[in-house]
Amino acid sequence: MSAAPAYDAAERAAREGYGKLVAFLAARCGDVDAAEDALADAFTTALERWPADGVPRNPEAWLLVAARRRFVDRVRRERSADRAHDRLTDAARDAQAAFERGEMIDDERLALIFACAHPAIARELRAPLILQTILGLDAARIASAFLTSPATMSQRLVRAKRKIAAAHIPLRIPPDENLAERLDGVLDALYAAFAAGWSDPIGDDPHTHGLAFEAIWLARLVAASCPDEPETLGLLALMLHADARRDARRDATGAYVPLDDQDPTRWDAAAIDEAEALLARAVRTNRIGRFQLEAAIQSAYAVRRFGYDLDRSAIVAFYDALLARTNSPVVAINRAMALGRLHGPNAALAALDAAATDPRLATYQPYWAARADALARTGNPTAAHDAYTRALGLTVDPAIRRFLTARATREGGAPPPDNRRSTPERWRSG
Amino acid sequence: MQYLLLCYVDDEKRSYNLSGDEGRALYGSYVAYRQALQDAGVFVGSNALQAVSTATQVRVSDGKTTVLDGPYPDTKEQLGGYFLIEAPDLDSALAWAARCPAATEGTVEVRPIMPTPVSV
Repeated sequence: MSAAPAYDAAERAAREGYGKLVAFLAARCGDVDAAEDALADAFTTALERWPADGVPRNPEAWLLVAARRRFVDRVRRERSADRAHDRLTDAARDAQAAFERGEMIDDERLALIFACAHPAIARELRAPLILQTILGLDAARIASAFLTSPATMSQRLVRAKRKIAAAHIPLRIPPDENLAERLDGVLDALYAAFAAGWSDPIGDDPHTHGLAFEAIWLARLVAASCPDEPETLGLLALMLHADARRDARRDATGAYVPLDDQDPTRWDAAAIDEAEALLARAVRTNRIGRFQLEAAIQSAYAVRRFGYDLDRSAIVAFYDALLARTNSPVVAINRAMALGRLHGPNAALAALDAAATDPRLATYQPYWAARADALARTGNPTAAHDAYTRALGLTVDPAIRRFLTARATREGGAPPPDNRRSTPERWRSG
Repeated sequence: MQYLLLCYVDDEKRSYNLSGDEGRALYGSYVAYRQALQDAGVFVGSNALQAVSTATQVRVSDGKTTVLDGPYPDTKEQLGGYFLIEAPDLDSALAWAARCPAATEGTVEVRPIMPTPVSV
């Protein structure tokens, strides 16, 4: 099932206009929640009407006019008790005046992104906050991507927005001396949004597809505003490389296909080209960073698209550099896998053992899948079967569940234990 | 916009005896910090508190007043003093908090002061 292009274009325009207007109003009144609240009804109406009626010439102006009654209501309701609200009304008037002169309002979205990814906001809330304020995604959709209940997510987002207003977290692009450091928080948040989308790469409903697309869109916005920051370009390159393989991750029956088995002609060559150009620009600055290294690894895998063999030692070298920089257990697992392809499965197992000192890995599905793969290659089917079964019990993705079940069966010669089956197979087949 | 910088420091390590070199140096760093706040025009007020062993708790519930000796036990860092500052936004307040000797010694909690409602 594919999304109707007209709906997608209208939705995109509504989200763009909404995000710009929220950012403009919030930057002037300091209260994101108030700005969102004032535009909520207008935004809902736009999402309903624009796909049928077409996108208005100036989406922000349309939204502001549609929200006018809400502003009046709020003035009546809140009177003078809230100075932020006076500033909100003033900001709306400024925007209105700009539209009447035929001008566009300033794009303050990057400033709002920096406020959402401020160190005073809990790390795990930064991506959800950006997705909500800049793109107008509702809490329920964000909650499901981040595996939280909608009520909890909604509550935590409201609290974070109140903190921005109450503590006067500034809505501005940080000065040069802090920019690189603060940009790290922004890029981390965008990567978290991308990763949350990546775990559901297909998405059955076109309107609630994974967040990867939204994250790429946000990364483009940040990259356009900070074109000289190499890590921004690196992150966008990384996302585009991963996204180029989106379709190839599933075969015609919807089954999961691991990277090494993917058909490279199904990779999106245009996306790979764009990623390569971005990475080349980033690397020329000579300021290497985590996202550039991750993009370099993706780039090394992408050469198969153009008929070249993988340089497995280069891939391991990139992983070594990345591991030294991040000390992340997730990187350690990927490095072990790459090492296994270069030096054989025993090297992979040794590296996995070294990484396993991190207790979080006990419940990390890719760790057990990596372990199972290495054990299978060493010719230890019993241990491999057990590890595949551990991985199977930890996965949330049905396609990966089917893949792991098939692998476990291959190693064990019998399906993994299934509690729903009351009669053992061998008794029935007799 | 006013922010209260609450200084949480290890009560054991706080040097009340200013005769020692370490105590004098620590005291000197707080004096210099306060001076820096004043020079920048952001200083509103500050005080250091006596040791938590001098604290007493009072609670009234169901019309009954209970007085208890001491603070909540078993936390390593205790409130040792505060600075009240005027800053345009949280970033500016955080920059001042980072300069506070208590941020090195322990933890500084930055709390925005609640604005007085206009209509009250």
